[in-house]
Amino acid sequence: MPTTQDALFRTLADPTRRALFERLCREGETTVGALTARAGISQPAVSKHLRLLKQAGLVQDRHEGRQTHYSADLGALAPLIDWTSRMKGFWQKRFDHLEDLLNRMDQ
Amino acid sequence: MTSTATETRSVVLERELPHPPEKIWRALTQPHLIAEWLMQADFLPVLDHRFTLRADWGTVDCQVITVEPNRSLAYSWVALGLDSVVTWTLTPTNTGTHLRMEQTGFAPDQQRAYHGAQYGWPKFFDNLDRVVGGLS
Repeated sequence: MPTTQDALFRTLADPTRRALFERLCREGETTVGALTARAGISQPAVSKHLRLLKQAGLVQDRHEGRQTHYSADLGALAPLIDWTSRMKGFWQKRFDHLEDLLNRMDQ
Repeated sequence: MTSTATETRSVVLERELPHPPEKIWRALTQPHLIAEWLMQADFLPVLDHRFTLRADWGTVDCQVITVEPNRSLAYSWVALGLDSVVTWTLTPTNTGTHLRMEQTGFAPDQQRAYHGAQYGWPKFFDNLDRVVGGLS
């Protein structure tokens, strides 16, 4: 699970990639051409970012003629949204702090 | 709300600590000590006492459910759409204390969570930025 989360964080850490992903979330299925028109970067650069988003499971592609349509797959965010994995990380850190405190406290 | 809309799940953490239960109890129940490892709190080890945990990302609304000095402490934990109960259990061992924390709660169903994330993008990504920033 941490590996999945690491991949998601790494992929979404890039602002350009995140902007593309947010647009797909907001606007639904979109072609590479339409994404490029407003991304402010070249089509090969857009395609490269989309490939990385696809590798992380965040987007899906669909080929139709010469066009490739991309759409967001929100299911990929489940590890980030699932409260148990979020809270587990939270409590592990708190346990570490608690142990530090106990070591500093007088009996 | 249908029965499929919520699902009870738990997080359990356990640790062997080379400290007596009485000392750990102090760290779990004295506000100035709670602040050092958990969050700012107006905690009192009194049944039904309502208190708030405060962090830079928000607050957690709590109410004391169980107080058994040096043995067991439970409080409700309501924050960020999560309705849960946190239970601490202290068991003395030959070398100190076995400390167990269990958080059991109801989270919104997946569909609503995705929906929330979709509409809450700006905030979601703000938080993500902070987490990612903290990693690097």
